[in-house]
Amino acid sequence: MTSPLQRKLKISGPTVVTANRLADGVSVWLTAAGSWSETISDAAVGTTGDEVLRLLDIAHADENTAVGAYPAPATLAADGTPQPANLRERIRVAGPTISLPGAA
Amino acid sequence: MYVYDEFDRTFLEERVAEFRDQVARRLSGELNEEEFKPLRLMNGVYLQLHAYMLRVCIPYGTLSSQQLRALGAVARKYDRGYGHFTTRQNIQFNWIKLNELPDAMADLAKVGIHGLQTSGNCIRNTTTDPWAGAAADEVEDPRLYAEVIRQWSTLHPEFTYLPRKFKIAITAARHDRAAIRVHDIGLRLHQRDGETGFEVMVGGGLGRSPFIGKTIKDFLPKEHLLSYLEAVLRTYNLGGRRDNIYKARIKIQVHEMGAEAFAAKVEAEWAEIRDGALKLDDAALDAIRDRFLVPDLDALEDQPAELARALATDAAFARWHSNSVAPHKAKGHAIVTLSLKPVGAPPGDATADQMDAIADLADQYAYGEIRVAHEQNLTFPYVRQKDLPALWAKLQAIGVATPNVGLLTDIIACPGLDYCSLANARSIPIAQKLTERFADEARIADIGRLHVNISGCINACGHHHVGHIGILGVEKKDEEFFQITLGGKGNSKARIGELIGPAVAESEIVDVVERLVDTYLNLRTSPAETFVAAVERLGIEPFKERAYAPR
Repeated sequence: MTSPLQRKLKISGPTVVTANRLADGVSVWLTAAGSWSETISDAAVGTTGDEVLRLLDIAHADENTAVGAYPAPATLAADGTPQPANLRERIRVAGPTISLPGAA
Repeated sequence: MYVYDEFDRTFLEERVAEFRDQVARRLSGELNEEEFKPLRLMNGVYLQLHAYMLRVCIPYGTLSSQQLRALGAVARKYDRGYGHFTTRQNIQFNWIKLNELPDAMADLAKVGIHGLQTSGNCIRNTTTDPWAGAAADEVEDPRLYAEVIRQWSTLHPEFTYLPRKFKIAITAARHDRAAIRVHDIGLRLHQRDGETGFEVMVGGGLGRSPFIGKTIKDFLPKEHLLSYLEAVLRTYNLGGRRDNIYKARIKIQVHEMGAEAFAAKVEAEWAEIRDGALKLDDAALDAIRDRFLVPDLDALEDQPAELARALATDAAFARWHSNSVAPHKAKGHAIVTLSLKPVGAPPGDATADQMDAIADLADQYAYGEIRVAHEQNLTFPYVRQKDLPALWAKLQAIGVATPNVGLLTDIIACPGLDYCSLANARSIPIAQKLTERFADEARIADIGRLHVNISGCINACGHHHVGHIGILGVEKKDEEFFQITLGGKGNSKARIGELIGPAVAESEIVDVVERLVDTYLNLRTSPAETFVAAVERLGIEPFKERAYAPR
């Protein structure tokens, strides 16, 4: 029987941990070194629930740098670097899909 | 314009200082995110997909030219040079850094504006008719009562932690331009036997469970406004569902109890307090009325020669005039709507340069006053008719004179998935594509009045339920799809739109809307029958049939 204290996380594929940087809200991704990068390709990738839970623990312990950490699905490029796997995450990586007002 | 007194100015300065301290403590780690989040929300600061968003309150949608310039300056100095006007007469800045927010707020406080009551489970900014004080069809200026409500509700100790957010809207005109029936409380100012009072509606709202407000009092004498509102809020605060966020709005309480039972509870509470400290006397109302600066309008005649000449000789001006200029209660004056819906642009956005230019034009042509409409346009409420041709030329030059007010391309849209952390689908690109498809001004004029509302998720910030054509973005297996409703209305005959069928793919939505419009053009009895009138007469079937026909 599973203890109620035992945490479970269902992961269906490569997963990265992402958050918003406290100082300016910019999207950031947790790296294998436990730091935050503005580039998803630097992100650490978890492929099991336990791996992603470990990454989330690191992220949550650093809430004074980045807030609201959550697991986000990723795909892996040929060289193994993670890419966003859904529209929401693609927009977080690349910014709004529209030209910003006043932009030339 | 209402002019803040020393109490309000001091209060705002103290609030900025308090927030500056809270931000410093968050950045130093003294406050954790759980502690800080409710504090930032109380000041209108959200964390969205890409950055912090500051929502700034524009009380009852009224801005001075000085305030609009201050908003432009904030957009330029702290953001990316633009702001987004919302369906609640507010403005949002999308890219402000946390450590710069206190400075931005300090700049805004200098001109009496702030982010209070734009977020959190409090009584939000009271909205009203953007034509208030100028409309030919109003009983009296409803902003007086909106300001009374502001003074009562700001930091109200009993109502700072309501079950959910709470929105009040007021109109004093025959035509409801404030969508009062889809607010938690809608107030309609009217007269009975020579006395002024309010029809009070409760339990309206959109979101995932849309309801039209129910009238629980036909006529509330104006001196009892605050005591009655207090009784409604107490009834909600005590009985509203705090166990389920999706059932926590007053609309669910009213729906579950029934309007009559809810009204009875309110009446019982009101009986206890109606003649207490909240009873408004003439002196209190006069004191607030005296702080409104009302322009001293020139004595002029209607249809001056300059206007008649331009109407006769310039077809483009005449088209804009018939679309964007409305009658004024004062002779020789007009109400002018500035469209923030140019073809291909995000609905409701204005650049800092546009804000500055509009402020200058307001000073030159509109007694220095600007209004924000819930349709995400701006209004000059006081324009001399003789100035209209010159004003039009200058509005055109800055891109805010598209003659599409109330027409198909005057689209109301939320920021959607391009900005919003709650959204499931993008709204702005759909609006842009629709405005491009229907860019022909003669075509949209022929189609006539047609409100298209787009929301990027079920929270319905784009008010899709009350669009004549409502579009709701949903996500299915990482693809954007859009549900379509027809026949919604947000006015005095408010009605929730009816879903026509399965959601359509993003690639199809513009074609489907065009087929709906073509169906209307084929079936209307005459150009005088509007799109929504045709939907009411015919029902959704003929529209549904043709919308999906080519699939």
